[in-house]
Amino acid sequence: MSWLRMERKAQLVPQARLAGPMPWVIAIMVALTTIAAAGGLALNNLAQAARAELSGGLTVQIVEAEPAERERQAELALSLLANVTGVETAQRVADSELRELVEPWLGEDIGTAQDVVPVPALIDVRLSGPVTPEKLRDIRALLKARVPAAQVDAQSSWLAPVFSAISSLKWLAAGLVILLGATSAAAVWLAARSALGTNRATIEIVHLLGGSDGQIARIFQRSVGIDALLGGVAGALLGAGAVLLLGRQFAALGSGMVAGGGLGWADWLAIAGIPFAGVLIAMFTARLTVLAALRKML
Amino acid sequence: MTMPEGDIVQFDNVGLRYGAGKEVLSDISFTLYPGSFYFLTGASGAGKTSLLKLLYLAQRPSRGAIRMFGTDVITLPRARLPAFRRRLGVVFQDFRLVQHLSAFDNVALPLRVSGVRESEIIRPVSEMLEWVGLADRADARPATLSGGEQQRVAIARAVIARPDMLVADEPTGNVDPELALKLLRLFEALNRLGTTVVVATHDLHLLKNVRESLIMRLDKGRLSDPTGALRYPPRRPFSRMEEERQ
Repeated sequence: MSWLRMERKAQLVPQARLAGPMPWVIAIMVALTTIAAAGGLALNNLAQAARAELSGGLTVQIVEAEPAERERQAELALSLLANVTGVETAQRVADSELRELVEPWLGEDIGTAQDVVPVPALIDVRLSGPVTPEKLRDIRALLKARVPAAQVDAQSSWLAPVFSAISSLKWLAAGLVILLGATSAAAVWLAARSALGTNRATIEIVHLLGGSDGQIARIFQRSVGIDALLGGVAGALLGAGAVLLLGRQFAALGSGMVAGGGLGWADWLAIAGIPFAGVLIAMFTARLTVLAALRKML
Repeated sequence: MTMPEGDIVQFDNVGLRYGAGKEVLSDISFTLYPGSFYFLTGASGAGKTSLLKLLYLAQRPSRGAIRMFGTDVITLPRARLPAFRRRLGVVFQDFRLVQHLSAFDNVALPLRVSGVRESEIIRPVSEMLEWVGLADRADARPATLSGGEQQRVAIARAVIARPDMLVADEPTGNVDPELALKLLRLFEALNRLGTTVVVATHDLHLLKNVRESLIMRLDKGRLSDPTGALRYPPRRPFSRMEEERQ
């Protein structure tokens, strides 16, 4: 009998569990936050991978219409670059690759087209460190003197607008995560106030029987915490499922740039923390709401 | 005013008004002593419930001073009030049972609030329910109990933690005379153990049933002292006055 009673120790605030709106509100919020956070992390990874790949990259174009002269200047540029400190590799982009690059614009009959529209020779240069304005200026000066047809550009400068757009999207995702967190807190606040209204009589009785503000707040915290955990886990599973599905679809694009936007284990760990952060926000909000209401009583 | 040591409650020139309305209690001054049994009488609207609210710390007065267990409870920080409330047992006029809790859990509430271990709750609560004749209704929710049964649960909840002072607002209003007497005996037994008892009632027959009781009468928010109960030492208990009159 006694253990039965202990098992049945009553809850002062009746738990609606999944019958109430709270777990579902939290589930939706956590799912949206998970998707936004995953998007932000993927964009961050993508930007970092692209930057790492391009930060030490230079492209030297030999813009010379005469094929023999172009060839001569390209070979000279390669030999000059090989002796520059800080240059790890300098490789001529193969003609076949160049043909593939211009094929969408000039058509398959590139041999004929090349005679009409000269295609510059390209040299892909990798530096041991990032391309700084000083290094770029030095290499330009070195080549200008002996390879007059050479044009030197940092590869990262071409993608600056793309990086800028990615950065904006990343901050947008971060903003969304914060906004969704605040919306979740507001939803919990409303739910806690509603629960407080529903259970006001019980709270007053416990208060008059000597229950402290902390005790009563803990009862609500626990109740809201359980609801938030149920909703949080459901929302996280839903959100993670959506992220995996989107990830597969992007991976199927086969784009080199998109491949850099995959999520690592640290990202998944951060995403796994979202429902728990949701539970903490919910419990903290519920506590503050209840304490504020209790302070109005004697 | 010099008062003896050990007074439970001391009201000094207390007044109470709700909002901007007129005073519902005016110039209330009295002292309650440990182990005494008081009846608070008065017509409906005389201010009995308002006075009890001040006694069980549900309301602050608009003016005056209240000391309880030797401490000024008017200036006491809110955080310290729960400890004082735990020394009180209250029977509310409308019972105020928690509707989703069983009779057992309602009675156990003060013990749980005080942090008593679950293993130490079962026996006293079961015994108390048996005493008020509700052992077989322990698992029943208040909505399934009759008015009299709800009142007995409310009384059991008020006395379960052996309070220093019991405050009861019309505690026998919904029970038959036989049970009313039984409940009064419970209050008396508690009183003999040292609990100060304050019972608000308009049932004058009840007063005769408790020997050594003292009477406080409220009339339009002001307190009269027909038995000298509020003086120290009390002049005569009400029951003796009745005997003398007969």
